[in-house]
Parts: sequence; structure tokens; C-alpha cells
Amino acid sequence: MILWLTIGLLVAAVLLCLYRVARGPSLPDRVVGLDLLASVTVGLIAVYAVLSGEIIYIDVATVLALIAFLGTVAFAYFIEKGGMPWRKT
Amino acid sequence: MAQDLSAWLIFFGALFMFIAALGVARMPDLFTRMHSSTKSATLGVGLIMLGAAFHFGEIGMTMRVIAIIVFVFLTAPVAAHMLGRAAYFAGVPLWEGTLSDALRGHYDRRTHRLISDEKVEENFPEGDIAV
Repeated sequence: MILWLTIGLLVAAVLLCLYRVARGPSLPDRVVGLDLLASVTVGLIAVYAVLSGEIIYIDVATVLALIAFLGTVAFAYFIEKGGMPWRKT
Repeated sequence: MAQDLSAWLIFFGALFMFIAALGVARMPDLFTRMHSSTKSATLGVGLIMLGAAFHFGEIGMTMRVIAIIVFVFLTAPVAAHMLGRAAYFAGVPLWEGTLSDALRGHYDRRTHRLISDEKVEENFPEGDIAV
């Protein structure tokens, strides 16, 4: 029963992250939203693994955590090397 | 007993993640948003994974959970630091209520090198200091 409440909290967190990704005034704001969205999805997959009783889903969470880190680092490198040329002042 | 413990661990992890998402949606500034998201999301992932390990109670599952927790605790600060540094160079505006910016004038804008000198403004010609 408490696990379904947990699913609801995590889905609300996903919606708040999507709001920041859609609204964020600059590119780094959207990247912060995407990073948190990946972390929340890792938690959601772990909760689903507990609900369904399948251990194999934890491997999916491992791979997603790896790829989310690589994506955030790639975005940060892109922004630092001049990914926002309209902001040169 | 172990089932109750795992359920409460997962619930508090999800609560921390919800608080992190609330901060990301409500904070006024990029850096305050990053402050909200990084720490709480790391703690939330750790608590949820611990709860899953208590729920299954197998040695293979526990090893995978420990690997994920160590990986997240290592990589989340690195990713947040790289993103915050890149955003500071890109000139993302601070919140208008910010009291002090300790990095102001201490970065060489061309080489992206940090100089912690008192007279840093004399070391660079006009326009080379990131503000």
C-alpha cells in the first residue's frame, strides 16, 4: 500500500522536473531538470522492481544511472565550450 | 519486519526526491536549483536502493545496490560541479536577491583559469575578467 503512495510521489516529481525542462529560461536550467529526471527515473525503476519482484530491473537502473551521468557531463562540456553564443556580453 | 523497514526506506527516499523536484521547480535561480536537486536526489536514490536491498535480501542484489550507491555518490557531485562551472562561464544571471558573488572577477575569461589573488583585476586587461 505504501509503495503505491511512493509511486505517486515519484510521478509528481517527474511532472515537476518536466515543468522545469519546458519552462527553464536558460539551457543549464533545462539540463538540471533532465539530470534530476534521470535520477527520479532510477528510483522509479527500483520501486517497480520491488513491486513486481523481478531482480533484473535493478540492472536497468544501473545502466540508466551510467548513461545519465554521461549525458550531463556532455551537456556541461558543450555549454562550457561556447554552447550559448547568444549570451556573449 | 524487513518488509516494513524496506517500505519505509523507499517511502522516505521518494519523499526526498519529491522535495528535490519541488525545489527545482520553485527556486528562483539556477544555482539554488542545483543546490536543491543534487544533494536530495543523491540521498533519495541511496535510500530507495537500500530499501530494495532489504526487500530482496539476496547477496547478488545487495552487491548491485552497493555498486549503484557508490557510483551515484561518486558521479553526482562531479556532474553538478561541471554543470555549475559551465553555467557560470556562460553568464547565467544570479537571483536579484543574491548578496555576494565570491567568484566575481577571479576567473580569466579566455583560459577559464581561477586566480585567488586580491589584485586580480590588475592582472588582466579590461574585458578579460568574467563578471
